[in-house]
Amino acid sequence: MTIVLNRIDDRLIHGQVVVGWGQPLDVKFIVLVDDAVAESDWEQELYRMGVPPEMEVRFHSAEGAVAHLDGYRTEARPGILVTGDIATMRYLVQHGGVRDVNIGGIHHRAGRTQHLRYVFLTPEEQAALRDLAAHGAVVTAQDVPAARAVPLEELLTVREDA
Amino acid sequence: MSDTKRALVAGHADFAAGLVSAVDLITGRGALLVPIQVKGLCGADIEQLLRDTMDSTGVRIIFTDLQAGSCTMAARRVLRQIGEGTLVAGANLPMLLDFVMSSDGGGAAAAAAAERGRAAVSVHGSTA
Repeated sequence: MTIVLNRIDDRLIHGQVVVGWGQPLDVKFIVLVDDAVAESDWEQELYRMGVPPEMEVRFHSAEGAVAHLDGYRTEARPGILVTGDIATMRYLVQHGGVRDVNIGGIHHRAGRTQHLRYVFLTPEEQAALRDLAAHGAVVTAQDVPAARAVPLEELLTVREDA
Repeated sequence: MSDTKRALVAGHADFAAGLVSAVDLITGRGALLVPIQVKGLCGADIEQLLRDTMDSTGVRIIFTDLQAGSCTMAARRVLRQIGEGTLVAGANLPMLLDFVMSSDGGGAAAAAAAERGRAAVSVHGSTA
């Protein structure tokens, strides 16, 4: 097994990740890549508290994660990598060889327009996602396993009302 | 019976509204609880929603649905920021019934209700 899901989700570790994806994929570890969380013991404890005891959580900054990604890919156990924003995932695509990107949750904020119920993007974020694809990553949006994976081009075309 | 709010109940989708509705049906005291329905919000927006509701109601007790959930994460951050309050994660109906029927509805009542809710889970029939 390996990293079975590379996810962008502004809530980082939460119910959809731990239960929605974690249980059907039999996930044994989560790699949380976030510069702020990587520097905060309190935040790390908060996220550790949210996962069952058999699920390990590892924390890295974006730069720090790159050196560990090959090791995670050869792990015998399945794991999920999660970032809180597109910029962090783009760094991992460009420098860490990430080739499949799941958009799990980018929520409403001023300047963003709604594409799916759980995906809101600024024009700059749309461009950043296209850049992921230009670097060879397959980008889809899918909040939970039972939902359809929406390809990037469809995601960027579709508009949903809030 | 005063209708002074005692606690927020926050959870995914309609979880909170459903529980509060059930509490009201059983006890007539649903008005003591403030349901917070979280749909399509990022963590920062959930925090803001909880903080604003706590400010407007004066409530310092929060019940949430899921320990790993974004409501729980947000609630922990809010309580840390304001430096007071009680959070109970993993709320269920027996827990909230016990809480609204308590005499004061403070942190001790929330802790006692948590124990009641934990003890109220049972399994019947075959487990094979």
